Order: sequence, then C-alpha cells, then structure tokens
Amino acid sequence: MKRIIVVGNGMVGYKFCEKLRKQGVAAEVIVYGEEPRPAYDRVHLTSFFSGKTAEDLLMAPASWYAEHHIVLHTGELVTEIDRQQKTITTHTGKTDRYDYLVLATGSSPFVPNVKGVERDGVFVYRTIEDLNQIIDYGKKVTRAAVLGGGLLGLEAGKALVDLGLETHIVEFAPRLMPRQLDEQGSVILQHKLSQLGIAVHLNKSTKEIAGNGKLDGLEFVDGSFLPIEMLVISAGIRPRDEVAKGCGLEVHPRGGVVVNDFLQTNDENIFAIGEVAVHNNMVYGLVAPGYEMADIVVRQIAGDFSKTFQGFDMSTKLKLMGVDVGSFGDALGETPGCIPIAFQDKHNGVYKRINISADGKYLLGGILVGDAKQYNLFHQMAANKMALPAQPESLIIGAPGKGEEGAGVKNLPDSAQICACENITKGDLVFQITEKGVKTLDDLKRSTKACTGCGGCTPMVNDILKITLESLGHTVKKSICEHFDYTRQELYDIVKIKNIKTYDALLDSHGKGDGCEVCKPLVASLLASAWNELIVSQATIQDTNDRFLANIQRGGTYSVVPRIAGGEITPQKLMAIGRIAEKYGLYTKITGGQRIDMFGARVDQLPEIWEELIDEGFESGHAYGKALRTIKSCVGSTWCRYGVQDSVSFAIYIEDRYKGLRAPHKLKGAVSGCIRECAEAQSKDFGIIATEKGWNLYVCGNGGSRPQHAKLLVTDVDTETCVKLVDRFLMFYIRTADPLTRTATWLNKMEGGLEYLRDVIVNDSLGIGEALEKEMAELIANYACEWKKVVEDPALRAQFKHFINEDSTDSTLSFVEMRGQKCPPDWNKK
Amino acid sequence: MELLNDIRSLATTESDIKVWYKAARTIDFPENGGACVKYKDQQIAVFNFSRRNEWYACQNLCPHKMQMVLSRGMIGSAGEEPKVACPFHKKTFSLRNGECINATEEKLAVFPVKVEDGFVYIGFAR
Ligand SMILES: Cc1cc2nc3c(=O)[nH]c(=O)nc-3n(C[C@H](O)[C@H](O)[C@H](O)COP(=O)(O)OP(=O)(O)OC[C@H]3O[C@@H](n4cnc5c(N)ncnc54)[C@H](O)[C@@H]3O)c2cc1C
Repeated sequence: MKRIIVVGNGMVGYKFCEKLRKQGVAAEVIVYGEEPRPAYDRVHLTSFFSGKTAEDLLMAPASWYAEHHIVLHTGELVTEIDRQQKTITTHTGKTDRYDYLVLATGSSPFVPNVKGVERDGVFVYRTIEDLNQIIDYGKKVTRAAVLGGGLLGLEAGKALVDLGLETHIVEFAPRLMPRQLDEQGSVILQHKLSQLGIAVHLNKSTKEIAGNGKLDGLEFVDGSFLPIEMLVISAGIRPRDEVAKGCGLEVHPRGGVVVNDFLQTNDENIFAIGEVAVHNNMVYGLVAPGYEMADIVVRQIAGDFSKTFQGFDMSTKLKLMGVDVGSFGDALGETPGCIPIAFQDKHNGVYKRINISADGKYLLGGILVGDAKQYNLFHQMAANKMALPAQPESLIIGAPGKGEEGAGVKNLPDSAQICACENITKGDLVFQITEKGVKTLDDLKRSTKACTGCGGCTPMVNDILKITLESLGHTVKKSICEHFDYTRQELYDIVKIKNIKTYDALLDSHGKGDGCEVCKPLVASLLASAWNELIVSQATIQDTNDRFLANIQRGGTYSVVPRIAGGEITPQKLMAIGRIAEKYGLYTKITGGQRIDMFGARVDQLPEIWEELIDEGFESGHAYGKALRTIKSCVGSTWCRYGVQDSVSFAIYIEDRYKGLRAPHKLKGAVSGCIRECAEAQSKDFGIIATEKGWNLYVCGNGGSRPQHAKLLVTDVDTETCVKLVDRFLMFYIRTADPLTRTATWLNKMEGGLEYLRDVIVNDSLGIGEALEKEMAELIANYACEWKKVVEDPALRAQFKHFINEDSTDSTLSFVEMRGQKCPPDWNKK
Repeated sequence: MELLNDIRSLATTESDIKVWYKAARTIDFPENGGACVKYKDQQIAVFNFSRRNEWYACQNLCPHKMQMVLSRGMIGSAGEEPKVACPFHKKTFSLRNGECINATEEKLAVFPVKVEDGFVYIGFAR
C-alpha cells in the first residue's frame, strides 16, 4: 500500500483526507499538523467572537481521523524533507517515510517591516490562539486598530467592535478592499462601516508602531498620529514554503511552492495544495480553489489524470453582519474595451457596478455594495457568459432588494457552478431533486454537501430547490416542522375556525408525534394572538422566557422589566424601582425603549419582585414575549418649544392600548411630536409623527442588525383614524406573517409591497377592515397583566422554584463585579 | 468540568442501581415539562412526558455553555426519539440515551426513573 504523508492539517489538508477516503483510495495516510488541534474552519474564525467554541469550528473531531484510518499528529511541525530517502523529520526528531508527500502548509500573516512590530499589544489574525490572545488583551484596553483594509482586515475590525473597543482601520491604499472595490464602492462601504462604529483612515503609510514596551499609537509618514493601545495586523499573507525551500523544491520569488497544472512540484512525488501553492504566478488566498486542488490530487492518486488545475475565479463576498459587499469576475473593469455601468444611491447606501464586454453581450464582472442579493446570480451570469438583457442597466437600477433571484436562477445553464467550495453545479442539484427524490434543503445539503462550506450559496440553492420542485408539480410548502404539515398562517386559520384553545388539542387533531421546540412556542404564540388568554396556563409549550415571564440571561438568571408607557415615570415609581433593585441585588440599566431593565434575578425571586412592583402600581412590560414592547416618545408639545402635538400622551395611549398583544415577533412603536423626529419613529414597526394637521403614520421600519426605514402609509390623519389604521395594520400582520418575521421582512416579502399593504389597510380593498378592528377590540378587552395573575395564584407561584424537592437555590450561580454592579461571568470560559 | 465528572459518576444502568431516591410527588411536576431535583450536590432534570405517559431524568447542566437550565427546556420528539431542547441555544438531546441530536455536544448523563404510589424515584449508582 502507498504511504501518503500530508504536511499541514488546515482546511485544505483536511479536505484532501476527506476526499481521499470518500474516493475509497487504499493508502496509508499520516498527517502532521503544527497547530495543537485538528483542522478547523478558518473561514468562520470570526464567529469565535459570537460564541462559537473551538470545538464548534472543527472540520471533524479527532475521532473522525481514527475512524477513517488516518494517523493524525497534532502539535508536530515538519522541519525537514529528505527527497532522496523520501522521508520527513519533525521538530521532535521523529522521521517518517512517504511515497507521496502533500504539502498543505497554508500561509502565515504577512507582517510588514515597520519599527515597533514586536511591541506588546500587536497581534495577527489567523489562528484560534491569535483570537484568544486578542480577546484577552482586548479586555485591558479601549482603543484598537487594524492595519490593512482588505477583506480580512474588515472582518478583524468588526470583531474588535464586537469586543467593545473603539476601532480604527488603517489602509495604505486610497480605498478599502483595493483589490475588490473601486473608489465609489469604497466610499459607500466606508460610510457603512462608520455606522458600525469603525473609523477608516486611508492613504496612511505607517512609519512606526510607537510606544514603550507596549504600544501607544501609530505614527504615520505624513506626520499624523493615531493613539491606540492594540493593533491587529492584517496586511496580506505569505505562503509557508520554508520546508519546501529547505529541500530544494522550486519556490516563487514572492513566496510559495511552484506547481504545474497537476499540482506537482518539481519533484513528481511531492504535491502542493492550498494557500502554499503558486500556480501560474498566483497564490489563491481562498478556500474554494484549495478544495479544488485537493480534489485534483486525490484523483491522480486514484489513477485519474483527466482533471487539471486551470486557475480559479477569485470572486468574493464580505461576510460582515449588516454590510453587504460582493465583487466578482473582472470587478475593476480591467478588460480592454469593457463598458462599466454604475448605479449609486447614497441615501440607502447602495452602490452597484457591472462591467459589460465591448460588444455589449456579456457581463464581465462587477461590484455590489450595500445590497449584494444579486451577487450569486451576477457571478454565475459572468462565469457562464449568459446573454445580457437588451438594457443591461435594468439589472442594477431599481428598488434596492428587489433582485429577482428566482427568475434568474431558472435561466442558468446546468453547468453553472452554484457552490464554489464543493464545486457543485446547478445540474448536480437538479439531478438530486428530479432523480433522487430530494425534497428539502437539509437533504440536499446532506446528499451534495452544498452550502456546507462558506454557506454563501444557500439562498441560491434554496431557489433552485423551489423552482425545480415546482417544475415537477410539487407545491412547495413551508411546513413548520415534522409535527405539523401546515404554514403558520394555515395553523392560525385552523385555530380560529375550529376554535382550538390548547396545544394538545391542535396536535391531536392536525399534527403528529409529540411536538418540539419549534412548533410548541409557535402554537403558543398563535393561541395568544388568537385568544389573548393567559399564557402561563400552558406554561410548558412556552419558550423559557414566556414560561417564566422574564428574559433568561447568561448564567440562567432572569431580567425583570416593568412597563413604563411612553417612557414617562413619576419620581415615586423611579424610587420604587431603585429600592426593589437594591433589595434584591439586581443590576439596572436603561433600555433603548425608554424603560428600566433589572438583571440577575433568580427564578425563585421573580414572584416576590413582581409582587412588590405590582404593589407600587407597575405591570408586566412583556419584554420576554413576542409581543408589544414599547412606544417610545419625545417630550412633545407639552414641554418642547418645537412640538406641534402632544406625543407623550398619544404614545402612552397607544402603549396601553396594545400592551400584552402577542404577535409573530416583537413589536416596537414610537410617536414623535414634530418632524424633527426625536423619537426615531421611522425605525419602528409602526411610527407616528406629528404634523401641523394631524399625524403621519409610518409602518414596517426596523432597527437592530438589519436597519430599514419605515414606509409612509398615510399623511395628516386625525387621531381616531390613526388608531383605527394601526389596529388594522397590526391585526393584518398578526394574521399573515410567518413566525419570527418582523414587520419589515414581512413587507419585503409581500407581493405588491407597500402599495398592496396600503390598499388593504387604508382603502380596505379586501373588505376585512372592520373584521380586523373587531378582532383587535376583542384582544384589547381580554388583556390582563400576566404577572398579577401569577402573584395572586399560589399554584402558579409554586412553579417558580429552582428545585422541586427543596427550597434551596442554585449554588452554581456566580457573579462578578463590574462598575459597582453585579454581572454574570463570561461563559466562553468554561 | 468537575461538574460534569461528578454527575457522570452518579449515572447507572437499570441493573446496577444502588439508590432509588424519592424525589417528589408526581403532581408537583408540570405536564409535558420538567423540574429540577437536587440530589446530594447534584442537579437532575426530571421530565414528566405525560403525552407519552413516560418519565425521564438527565443532568440539568447543558454541556454547550455549561448552564444549569435543561429542566426548563421544552420536550418533544424527533421521529420516535423523546428529546429536550436547551432554552439557551436550542441544542437538543435524546432523553433516552443523552446523545445530542442537532449538534456535536457532549452526551448527557441520563438516569432511570420509576413512579410508585404517586411519587417519582430516580435511580443512582451511589
Ligand atoms: C479570519 C479569516 C477569514 C477568512 N475568510 C475567508 C472567506 O470568507 N472565504 C475564503 O474563501 N477564505 C477565507 N479565508 C482564507 C482561508 O481560511 C484559507 O484560504 C484556507 O484556510 C487555506 O487552507 P490551507 O489548508 O491551505 O491553509 P491553513 O488553513 O492555514 O492550514 C495550514 C496548516 O498547516 C500548518 N503547517 C504549516 N507548516 C507546517 C509544517 N511545516 N508542519 C506541520 N504543519 C504545518 C499550519 O499550522 C496550519 O494549521 C479566511 C482566513 C482567515 C484567517
């Protein structure tokens, strides 16, 4: 049996092993990896900051290697290769023999030769160890910068923001992502980043990383100075070709092991794949080409020499929450004679550019910033030389977000590559659906491995699944889980029409099995929306927040949020909150919704705390529920010299009207007393802004991770009409939205969009206006404070205990002190 | 980590039970839901799966983020398998053998349960 040694256990080295075993190649495989753990998903390294653990990121657990008869040595660096003897030596002095050697040593971050790089507080961004160091050091400082404004630098920048640091990005070039974006694209991106709290400094050449032991700032050639306490260098990569060089393999002057189309080095028994390989003077710093290289080498070892490496498309998408950036094909328009067409919408922060071939027939490449929904489609149009429409500009001009992904996918040829990481074509996917009977996305992922790499192709795979199933005559149903073959809207109708009041009754009559964590809370929310009855009577189908009427927090304690309608509160009530928080040792914070959150209550303390709050005249704030949260207000005409209407009174009226209302997702509103809009009503699910003549009503706005401005529904209506329209709007949303869909997304998906919504709500085109108002009136009449019921009912109260068999409390709870208040310890430190 | 090792040493199979601990009355448990039982220094999540007329017990600690919360999780089924979902990140575990169903978390320790004269008993190795 041939003996294969793989040097490097990174993403590509691992993929090589996976593909080799999948092909059923009979060979001994021995892997040497320098890092202390098996290969992990470097592409998603940044998700480490949002709670993913090192284990979560593993490509496969250590046991996988054993199961597949692969000997894995972690923490072992290969230091020498003897090509005559066909042996390698590791840093521990061990030697090993090979027939084939596969170099998959990846690359290391390039650290420019700037004075001061050795200072404390200077890091690179490549391994889990790097990230751990950044996290630790980040706790001690407040200001940080990233050197390098490329793809990776931006990702690192976002990570620093998530660590709570003041963040700067320093770039040598005159624009961000210089290899992917043009000037205008960079300007829009820069604006988006500033909204995330990242300051960008362009045209900056760093002279010295200044400091004394640890760094205290960057000194630039232009004489300016940026004071910072931590620096992450992300200035490119250098292939790890040191062992190759040592044994006389040909390396490129700029680094990297030179390979031919078969990925062979100048020694025919030694291959190089992944980021260490140089093919045609190119290093490929992406995972997909690396996987392709692994595939080609595996085939050769299995005796198939038909496939060779022919370069690879370097199109990329930035994966930052809330910042869409895509760059594909000839993004910068370097093809002679090509015609660029650009569209820019500064207001919404969108920039799109496509480069068309000189004859106007094909898409060569392009740039998408702010709205990259069409990325997959455009990328495929370019890669497959699909014919362009007569007016190519129609591709990019139009309302943001209205890319007709579905329609475009239909026209793609079967050869179109959909999943670049796993090299899966549209034809492969369609085959699984039409010939193998695959019907769900999960099954499609399992059978083809599509979407399992970077995940960027998921929306397109979904579209292909849907279109293909439809072409087979299947109606594509969005059933909610294995227990109910219905959509949320269908279940809502069933509940209403059949007058069903409990989860079990619905499961018996319309479901199967014993339910799960998906359908239980969904039905709970439907029942609450349909009947507005007390949710604690069916406690065990509620999410824990609804079951214990409080938000569960890190450490397993809960938070308590009483309603403070419109943000108006008397000094007495303020003092009451202060007294109660102090008595129970709760952490207090003002929320974004103009009320006060009290954290750190044990489950057994909740009823006592609420009893005291209710005695002081408070009610539940429903912060735990998919329900109405707050109606924010500005001070309005009562105090403000600009106010034209009494926004506070109206906000309080609205909040009291809809308090306790259960919906597919949480609901937020606001009332502003004049056009200055201090209550930020246009970022809410429904926002009301005073005019000289009455009120303007805006709907379907959103803050949070996907901000969207609310749309103007009607202008200058009187108070009564305004309330009537909000009644209809909310009820229509409750009736028709999918679970966990905010109003903004609901509207985005609605056929006919705002026009249609206005027709239904304002013009009553469906003739359901009155019915909606009546349903709302019933819900309002049925309102009762859930906490009051619990406090008054000993049986309900008894459920709020940590242990069922004794009165003691959870001894594993612990807290740390922060700025004079208590906080839970960091849960990433197990 | 010690938390996990201690609880594992309590776990046992039906044939090897040393202690049947009388935990609480059946009527104290919510229907189709769980509650937490304290045994020695350990926390055990006990579930009254009334829809199937079955009882299950497992460790209260979710191995994902080391939180003492599983007894507050929702129960249900995946195919035939009875399961519990952690309220924090919805990792689900089989109540029969403790295996994680939708991720690669560590297995839960599970314990035998019996009901006699209206009381719930949990079986331990010591
Ligand atoms: C934060 C971040 C985000 C990224 N995002 C994306 C993205 O969105 N899309 C994308 O396509 N790519 C992305 N990349 C790049 C992608 O991770 C790499 O292209 C990919 O990991 C390359 O795989 P590789 O196996 O060649 O190298 P690596 O994954 O670096 O693996 C090489 C391994 O070999 C080991 N090694 C080196 N020398 C030796 C030796 N002599 N002996 C033993 N072991 C050795 C190294 O320690 C390392 O573990 C990202 C990278 C980072 C760091």
